[in-house]
Amino acid sequence: MFDATVLKMLGNGILETLYMTLTSTLIAYIIGLPVGVALVVTDKDGIHPIRWLNGVLNVVVNILRSVPFLILMVFVTPLTRAIIGTSLGPTATIVPLVIGSAPFIARLVESSIKEIDRGVIEAAQSMGARPMQIIWKVMLPEARPSILVGSAIAVTTILSYSAMAGFIGGRGLGDIAIRYGYYRYEEGIMFVTVVLLVVIVQVLQEVGMWIARKNDKRRK
Amino acid sequence: MFYGKRGDEDIKTPEIIVSLRNLTKVFPTADGAGFTALQDISLDIEKGEIFGIIGMSGAGKSTLVRCINFLERPTSGQVLFQGKDLSALTMPELLKVRQSIGMIFQQFNLLMQRTALQNVCFPLEIAGVEKKERIRRAQELLELVGLGDKMNSYPSQLSGGQCQRVAIARALATNPQVLLCDEATSALDPSTTRGVLALIREINEKLGITVIIITHEMAVIEEICQRVAIIDAGRIAETGPVSEIFSRPQSEAARRLVLPEGKPTDEFMGGRRCRIVFDGRSAFEPVISNLVLEFRHPVNILYANTKEIEGKAVGQMIIALPEDDRLAERMMGSMRAKGLVVEEVKGRV
Repeated sequence: MFDATVLKMLGNGILETLYMTLTSTLIAYIIGLPVGVALVVTDKDGIHPIRWLNGVLNVVVNILRSVPFLILMVFVTPLTRAIIGTSLGPTATIVPLVIGSAPFIARLVESSIKEIDRGVIEAAQSMGARPMQIIWKVMLPEARPSILVGSAIAVTTILSYSAMAGFIGGRGLGDIAIRYGYYRYEEGIMFVTVVLLVVIVQVLQEVGMWIARKNDKRRK
Repeated sequence: MFYGKRGDEDIKTPEIIVSLRNLTKVFPTADGAGFTALQDISLDIEKGEIFGIIGMSGAGKSTLVRCINFLERPTSGQVLFQGKDLSALTMPELLKVRQSIGMIFQQFNLLMQRTALQNVCFPLEIAGVEKKERIRRAQELLELVGLGDKMNSYPSQLSGGQCQRVAIARALATNPQVLLCDEATSALDPSTTRGVLALIREINEKLGITVIIITHEMAVIEEICQRVAIIDAGRIAETGPVSEIFSRPQSEAARRLVLPEGKPTDEFMGGRRCRIVFDGRSAFEPVISNLVLEFRHPVNILYANTKEIEGKAVGQMIIALPEDDRLAERMMGSMRAKGLVVEEVKGRV
């Protein structure tokens, strides 16, 4: 059963999964991080309240978060085609992965920043800091360990989303598990892919937490 | 440059550095009625003094101190800083003014992900000071507060007292005119509190920085303040020199605060009682013995202590008076005649 072809396929599956997951995480953070910051800053108790913007961001984030990923994936197919040129393959899968996970990341970032003691931000204000200075010099650095913990959660969530993309031809380990395990009843291969997914999740999670711990100066 | 005493104009006509005029702050509430945290507060704070604002929790002192640097915008009234009306300033101008008003807090509010040195550099980064100068200045300040050996420690590695010293160094970084202390010693133990207060006094004397101290502890006021305002339910109950308020409290709120450790008097059982305040002079006389000899009636001492207020030893004592009203009156009269401050402490507070 595990001949060279299968092993090669599994190897490719690992690489495709990692490619989809990590690229999506990166792009999703490029979008989600500023949105998360904006959610905190423009809040009515924030350092620069903007009521309408906060309302719009909240609604958009909530709508995107309430659509199940499998449905979202199918729903954004036209957009994926417009951007990538195809709706199949790992690169195409990045589009729904980013759309599905950026709002989730925005919420993670929001809650990380809200963990910062209000007094620390007040202290910065008492020194005459502008809102931008507070974001760059207080909020992001102080929330960094918590944001990193969040990113470990985000990357594992995105990995599990990427496995779902196997259903619509997204390739990667999820695709292998579905084709061999679900359609062809080859439980051996399915089992191996599941084990590989678990191992990848473990590794990403541990690495993420290790980086977060190393970056936290609160306990030493 | 940094250590030079600011202005050596002698204390002929005290210069007012911060002036609060009819300040009122109303917080919106769900029912629309609004909660009045401060009502018609007027205060003048003189340049170079250590001014205390004391009140029970919920009296509005934290709101008051936040109005001074406009972290809270007053609903009405004015805050004048060096004659400038803060409400008339644009945002950039206000941010600039805040750099001349340092502030320290009960919970220190240090940046946990920065070292002591980087924390002190922080306000200088905001003020746009160049890096080399920032570090030089921060090192100098950490030396001043006695933490020359802790520059690269993170706040989590420092004790509460050390954290507050870092916070003080940070507040001084931009050469402020005024230092606001919001319950700065309330999270510290008594001996650390004394150390931090001594440092604040040293800063006041060396650098000539005006200090405004918010606290709920009379001990803090007695230790370093020259003048005090007592705030009660959002209003100023009384203002004056600390020794004056200590010996002759006029308001109910003041009386409650100067009583031993703020304990309600109903802890002292028995009939009538009076509070006697001695200053350094009268403390030499055997007042109670003389009283007993004169009236041939025993008096019971319920409480006594001595404190240093504005550098003078001041004692207070609470004694039980005889049940006989006329005798009690005569005893108090006799003590007053000897120049003591005597007032009857009313039953239950």
